[in-house]
Amino acid sequence: MSAIDSARKLKDQFGDLISEPAEFRAEITVQIGDAERIAEVCAFAKKDLGFDYLVDLSSVDNYGDDPRWTLVYEMYGYGHHGHLRLKTGVSEEKSELPTVTSVWKTADWHEREIYDMMGIRFRGHPDLRRILMWEGYPYFPLRKDFPLAGKPSELPEVAFSRPAPLEGGPFVTAPGGKDAIAREPRVRTPEG
Amino acid sequence: MSTVQEVQFREPAARAAQAAETLRPVAPSPTEDLRDIQGEKMVLNMGPSHPSTHGVLRIVLEMDGEIITKASPDIGYLHRGDEKIAENMTYTQFIPYTDRLDYLAPLANNVAYALAVEKLMGIDKQLPPRCQYIRVICCELARISAHLLGIGCFAMDVGALTVFLHTFTEREKIYNLCESLTGARFTTSYTRIGGLSRDLPSGWVAQCRKFCDEAAVAVDEVDKLLTRNRIWVDRTKNVGTIPRDVAIDFGLTGPNLRGSGFEYDLRKAHPYLIYDQLQFDVPAGSVGDCYDRYLVRMEEIRQSIRILRQCLDRIPGGADNKNGEPINIPDGKTVLPPKERVMTSMEELIHQFILVTQGVNAPPGEIYFGAENPKGELGFYIHSKGGGTPNRLKIRAPSFVNLSILSWLLPGHMMSDTVAILGSIDFVMGECDR
Repeated sequence: MSAIDSARKLKDQFGDLISEPAEFRAEITVQIGDAERIAEVCAFAKKDLGFDYLVDLSSVDNYGDDPRWTLVYEMYGYGHHGHLRLKTGVSEEKSELPTVTSVWKTADWHEREIYDMMGIRFRGHPDLRRILMWEGYPYFPLRKDFPLAGKPSELPEVAFSRPAPLEGGPFVTAPGGKDAIAREPRVRTPEG
Repeated sequence: MSTVQEVQFREPAARAAQAAETLRPVAPSPTEDLRDIQGEKMVLNMGPSHPSTHGVLRIVLEMDGEIITKASPDIGYLHRGDEKIAENMTYTQFIPYTDRLDYLAPLANNVAYALAVEKLMGIDKQLPPRCQYIRVICCELARISAHLLGIGCFAMDVGALTVFLHTFTEREKIYNLCESLTGARFTTSYTRIGGLSRDLPSGWVAQCRKFCDEAAVAVDEVDKLLTRNRIWVDRTKNVGTIPRDVAIDFGLTGPNLRGSGFEYDLRKAHPYLIYDQLQFDVPAGSVGDCYDRYLVRMEEIRQSIRILRQCLDRIPGGADNKNGEPINIPDGKTVLPPKERVMTSMEELIHQFILVTQGVNAPPGEIYFGAENPKGELGFYIHSKGGGTPNRLKIRAPSFVNLSILSWLLPGHMMSDTVAILGSIDFVMGECDR
């Protein structure tokens, strides 16, 4: 069963919840309209479509757009060697969606990492703590509005407030955009 | 909180508990103070700086006597924010950071990262054959190096120091090969988007062949020292058993998955580079214990030597590349032009300028690419809005995922088994914490 067949089966099962499969570089991506039903879709994908391996779970910050968060689930089926990517959006006000730890145990640490780095909460997660940063760290460092330099915090020597070695340096380039002047690395300030 | 009675004992802790039960004196009941101690839990911090944690991993162990009742790994001591850094620089500038993921196999990380960006740009099929062969050679050298370290340290942690000396002699030779190939022993940064930073130096192929012959002998020596060694077998067999379905559920990859008896290797299942043209076997264990993971790594070293020999024999252009086989994609917008042309030709000057200031021009889109690295599947998820910098680059680090099984695996084992289990899982914190 190829990835596109799996995507079609998902669509047959869930109807309008699932978008038309999109293909890029031979990978199939489907969007899930409602993040609240992600666990249900994943459970179906694992049980009925044989996606027994959650390769990766990551999140994208679409700063300035709505919904702000995109969650990306990379699934793989050992039985049929198909790879499928599920994506779903979560708004900034909500910043919460159901966990998939009951579907794949490996999601546990991935979800903790996303919570730690971007501050998206997973409802029903058995142990949603920070994983890479320390308990009590006040920010979510992978958000786009968190500067590369770090931010001052109430714990001045712990969460550092001095510019990071790279910040504003000659090797920092802004993402996206093709305007060479806007992308000129040296004009960037920690705020920009 | 579970008591020791509720924890399911695992070998050999089960045997120890059984023996203790039969030896328990029937005579006088323990005094009042002793009764207080019995059943009392102790919390033991293992790490963050412990010889067997290979870096900075901390495990908070809850112990009932010698038996672990609960384990919670604490990671992040080596977190450097690689993913954040990647969003702030061009694709090419990030290559040196990949050296520092699995720093025991930097060449393999370089290759995996370059392939991911090339997949995003849609140029991965255009790589010249010589480049692909050299990249495979790099990956396999890195695999041998990483497995030699893994086995050496594993054996040292459970008390067989000699093995470590044998394997590190061979690793030293790999570092010498790396040095003459890339100019650096450790932080190689060898690949470029669309090619390699340089061709093989003269005499390198012969040197590498010599290494293959010597490494094959060294592996046999390690084999003789360990595989039928009574102490080694006692310390590793039936210890840390991971059944196949649990391994899949926890997303284990690489030798840890194959040790559990599941023959899955990305080089076979989804061949990248020229792996589909090479003959090699994928070893798999039968029970999934520490001993099986050791055996799988040993066999993988042998298979890597086999792959190396095939590549060295067949590499297009031969050892010296007399007829000038290309190693880079012939595209000035992707690969830096030769330096001598930059100063004499307008077009090359412009290409050089744009590539250095803006980077390669990747299309908008998103890809995931996973490569079979020594520790498991190293994956890169790249979300691009176009241009020379990723909007989001997520690193799927095999060590991160492999370590997440510890809180399931350790309870029920004895303290001393922890050392064997950690050694057999063979993780690198640089990659786990990113």
